This record gives sequence, C-alpha cells and structure tokens, in this order.
Amino acid sequence: MSEVLVLVDHVGGSVRKTTNEMLTIARRLGEPSAVFIGQLSDDATAALKQYGAEKIYVIDPNAVGPYLVTPKAEVLAQLVEQASPAAVLMSSSAEGKEVGARLAVKTDSGMITDAVDVESDGGTPVATQSVFAGSYTVKSKVSKGTPIIAVKPNSATPEAVDGAGTVEQVSITISDAAKGAQMTGVEPKKASGRPELTEAAIVVAGGRGTGGNFEPVEQLADSLGAAVGASRAAVDSGWYPHTFQIGQTGKVVSPQLYVATGISGAIQHRAGMQTSKTIIAVNKDEEAPIFELVDFGVVGDLHSVLPTVTEEVTKRKG
Amino acid sequence: MNIVVCVKYVPDATGDRRFEADNTVDRVGVDGLLSELDEYAIEQALQIKEKTGDAEVTVLTVGPEGAVDAVRKALQMGADKGVHVSDEAIAGSCALSTSLVLAEAIKKIDHDLVMFGMGSTDGAMGVLPAMVSERLGVPGMTFGSAIEVDGDKVKIRRDGDTATVTAEGKLPLVASVTDQTGEARYPSFKGIMAAKKKPVETWSLSDLGVDAGLVGLDAASTTVENTEARPPRTAGEIVTDEDGSGAKALVDFLASKKFI
Ligand SMILES: Cc1cc2nc3c(=O)[nH]c(=O)nc-3n(C[C@H](O)[C@H](O)[C@H](O)COP(=O)(O)OP(=O)(O)OC[C@H]3O[C@@H](n4cnc5c(N)ncnc54)[C@H](O)[C@@H]3O)c2cc1C
Ligand SMILES: Nc1ncnc2c1ncn2[C@@H]1O[C@H](COP(=O)(O)O)[C@@H](O)[C@H]1O
Repeated sequence: MSEVLVLVDHVGGSVRKTTNEMLTIARRLGEPSAVFIGQLSDDATAALKQYGAEKIYVIDPNAVGPYLVTPKAEVLAQLVEQASPAAVLMSSSAEGKEVGARLAVKTDSGMITDAVDVESDGGTPVATQSVFAGSYTVKSKVSKGTPIIAVKPNSATPEAVDGAGTVEQVSITISDAAKGAQMTGVEPKKASGRPELTEAAIVVAGGRGTGGNFEPVEQLADSLGAAVGASRAAVDSGWYPHTFQIGQTGKVVSPQLYVATGISGAIQHRAGMQTSKTIIAVNKDEEAPIFELVDFGVVGDLHSVLPTVTEEVTKRKG
Repeated sequence: MNIVVCVKYVPDATGDRRFEADNTVDRVGVDGLLSELDEYAIEQALQIKEKTGDAEVTVLTVGPEGAVDAVRKALQMGADKGVHVSDEAIAGSCALSTSLVLAEAIKKIDHDLVMFGMGSTDGAMGVLPAMVSERLGVPGMTFGSAIEVDGDKVKIRRDGDTATVTAEGKLPLVASVTDQTGEARYPSFKGIMAAKKKPVETWSLSDLGVDAGLVGLDAASTTVENTEARPPRTAGEIVTDEDGSGAKALVDFLASKKFI
C-alpha cells in the first residue's frame, strides 16, 4: 500500500486535533506517514501513533529556520520524490494552503483546498467541498501528479488505531530562494479558554446588534459550552478580535448549533455558517435576512433575550 | 518602483451563482465584476504609490472578454495601466494552469512588487499568490493584514490562528493582502474620466509563448466529478418576544433538540 503524507499541524509541538482527522482520512487512502517539522516530543509521537501513523518523518526546526513557509514546501517536495505517496494532506489554513500551492508547482500536481470530506475511490482521493457560500456541494479529484489536498477542521471523526510510528529523521537542504522572506516576530495568541471556533459543537455569535457589548453573547456561550464568534461589522468596530470572525474572510464553521445574535445575515456572513446543522437567530428586526435560514428565530432585543436564556439554561443544566 | 496587481473578474456573489452542465462556473447568468477582495490589493498598491511617490501600478487580469471591466474599475480607482490576457483556450483552467499564465504575463511586465487579493470570491482557493511566487522564483508573503514598503524591503503582518507573525522580504517579491488592510476607495468622477485614456493591452497565449495544450478544461489538474445544489434552507418557527416569552420559547427549542 502507498504512503499518504500528512503534514502535522501542531502548536509548539503539541499535535492539534486536525492532525488526527487527517491521519484518519489518510488511512482511507493508504498508509499514513506523519511529517513533523519541529521538536518531536514523546507525547507528540504517542499522539501520532495513536491515530495510525505508520511512519513519522521528523525535520529539525533549525533546518527550516526563521523563514516563511517556503522551506516546508521544499521538505514535502523532497519526501514526495522519495516516497511517491498516494496523496499529501495538510490543513486548509493560510499556511497549509500556501505550502500545498508551492508543492503543487514543484511537483506539477493538482491541488484541492477546503475539503470538508475525503473518500477513497479505489485509493484515489475524492474530495468534497462546499462552495458559493455553502449553496453547492462539489466533489472533485486530482487528475495530474500527486493529489495535494488541504483539509478543513472537522472533516472526519478521528479514529484511534495503533500505528507503528517508526520515527525517521530527514535531513534537508533549503534552497537560497526559500530564504527570501523571513519572520521577524511571532506573538502567540492567548487562548480564550473556550472551545476552538472551527471545532466547537455549538457557536454563539454576535454582530453589530450587540452595540459593542459582547457580555450577553459570551455568557450564553459559556452556559452552553460553546465557542464565541463575531460578524465582520463587530470585528471592524474593534469589539471582538479578527480571529473570531465568521464568514467569507473569516472562519467557516459548521457546528451542530449556530446562534446568531444581532447579525443581519449578509451573504458574506452566511458563507461562514450556512452549513451549520441547526441555526437559531435573535434579531430585533423581523425582516432581517438571517431569519430566512433559521430553524428557530426570536424577534426581540438580544440584550433582554440572551440573559434570560442564559439564566434558564444554567438552571436546567443544574 | 513597478507594482503589478493581479485581479480577477468574478460572478457577483450576491447573484444566483451556479454551475454549467460541464461543471464549470456559469459566468454568463450572473453579472461579473472586479472581485471585492482584490480591491484591497489595489488600494494598498495605490497607497504604496502615494507614499513612495515614484511607483507605477499595472493591473493584470486573466479572463474572458468581459474581464476587462475589472481592469477598468482598477484604472478608475487610480491604477496607471492595464493588461488583459484573454484566449479561448484558457477557459476552464485550473489554479495550476492559471498560475502559469499569470507568471508568464508578469515576466513580460516590469515588476518589483506583485500584489494579489487574499482569494477570489468565486474559487476562493487563495493559492495563486503562492503558486505565482513559486513560478517566478521570488519570495512570497501572503495574507498580510498590513503591508509596508521601506526602500527595497517589504514588511507584512499576518494575523494567524495561533499567533500574529511579522515578516520581511526584499524586492522583487509577491504579496497578498486581506480585507483587514482597510477599506478600498471608490472611483472619483475625475478618476472615471481619467481611466478612459489609460492604456489597456490585450495579450493572447501566443503573445506569452504559452502552449495552449497546457491550459484549459482538458489540461486541468483537478476534475470536478459532481456538483449538487444544497437544498435551500427553509425558515422554521419565528416567535416575537414579549416580556420574556421569546427567551422561554428559545430554551424549549434548545431542550427539544437536546442541546440542554
Ligand atoms: C469582501 C467582503 C467580505 C466580507 N466578509 C465578511 C465576513 O467574513 N463575515 C461577516 O460577518 N461579514 C463579512 N462582510 C460584511 C457583510 O457584508 C456585512 O456587512 C456584515 O456581515 C454585517 O454584520 P452584522 O450583521 O453584524 O451587521 P448589520 O448588517 O448592521 O446587522 C446588525 C443586525 O443587528 C440587529 N440588531 C440591532 N440591535 C439589536 C438588538 N438590540 N437586539 C437584536 N438585534 C439587533 C439589526 O436588526 C441588524 O439586523 C464582508 C463584506 C465584504 C464586502
Ligand atoms: N484569472 C485571474 N487573473 C488575475 N488574477 C487572478 C486570477 N485569478 C486569481 N487571481 C488573483 O489571485 C488571488 C487568489 O485567487 P484564488 O487562488 O483563485 O483564490 C486573487 O485575489 C487575485 O488577486
């Protein structure tokens, strides 16, 4: 069986859930090989083995240096040459897409981004994407070179199975061309203590209608164990950080439940939440377009509705 | 300094976008326009021009006949000249082939800084900047939420999920910018008049020396197997809040769906 390379998504060495999802997908297509760029700890090795990594290629972080993503694409190109994998998977983040795009040019291969599911058609990956603001579902294949697929969070339920997890150090030489853009500063983001937006089962989002006060939104989210999101209007007003923006130019979420409060439901916002399983809206304007897509809606002022809901939810959860 | 801004002509996102029988995007049924996300790249290019004083901004698009409208809009905003690469053979090209056409066209234009939007509003892959940077063999800095040019250095800030990163590179270089860089200007009346006199060249594949067999639907590196419209969502129950009744009904709904 062919190898399937998975570029490990990790923060400071700790493996993210998206990696487990990609390893699970990789197993549908062949033998998962994790590609870990960084300092591999025992914990990380165990995590990768637990989700079926047969091999773990390790690249010393010093080899890729302080340069932007280009060296990572060179690492993958070298491994593609060496292993002739059935596919290469990476997460569909800004960085993952850029690594994939460069790899596609280097190996003259087709690339698919934003996959929400990947199935196997006799070993050939078939990727599902959600396009045009979630109004179409598209299935595609790569028809040239090595399939390169950037996979979105939550695209598979991680399945634990023991992999051999054989660690293989890879030495690599980075071209001078890859050194042209250099990182000059990295400022890690503080964790919010809430579930990761793209992975949360429930998201409560606030828009311009909050008037800048996100407290009722956050409190409702906490009572439901939800993540907090925001519309671009709220982000542009400086009320909530951009990392939490939902929509075309923010995050795309597809939770079990999405609660939109004080959000009108512009097409660009819908692009980020339209595929949510259940949608609830609270908006004081009964004509707001968001009401066209809700399973349940309340026409009312969020500043009075949300606190009452929070109180009642907390009571019922006991 | 010479700045090239790559812009795409896309179907209006507020229109009823659909696929054709051959699974390509219907570019006739919905009005086309300059991709909104590329306006941010044009705006940043114009601001860099205003700051450095001696820059020339060329707008480049690859697309069907109507795509020249996207170039015109950019000229109205203040860009200096335009290039429209148009060839029947390009229809249905994948990102990989489009990046080849763009790279070959850029090579024919004097360039120091090549700018892109963060993603097209139709394809939304956000991969072309990296692909073109790779083909040109120059550094790439993508998804800048702020960009600054200082002599022959370009600095960007990238607002990532887990960290905010600042990066620096030397010209020549490819950069893409997000909608966080700040609102784009509207064309002024003067700008609209001035644009009429600005030069726009139209190039075919043979002008670029690109083999037609490398582009188009038949040569695409990815194939769409199937497209399916999602059933439109239908509005559910809507209640009007009166003295807390809305909150109660909402909680009952949450309970009925087992969210609490
Ligand atoms: C290129 C581009 C990209 C974009 N990307 C995004 C994106 O990624 N995400 C995004 O969200 N938007 C995006 N937008 C912006 C989008 O078009 C809308 O402008 C934005 O979503 C509006 O945010 P909003 O719904 O919070 O504000 P508004 O449209 O102003 O709506 C506020 C709503 O709150 C309601 N309201 C007011 N007060 C109360 C109250 N007390 N209680 C209850 N309801 C109340 C009002 O009735 C109204 O419906 C983008 C736009 C462009 C052009
Ligand atoms: N046909 C095209 N002509 C010129 N520029 C393009 C074209 N397609 C995409 N671009 C540029 O590449 C960016 C990313 O596009 P994409 O990878 O399709 O999301 C866009 O924001 C544009 O700046």
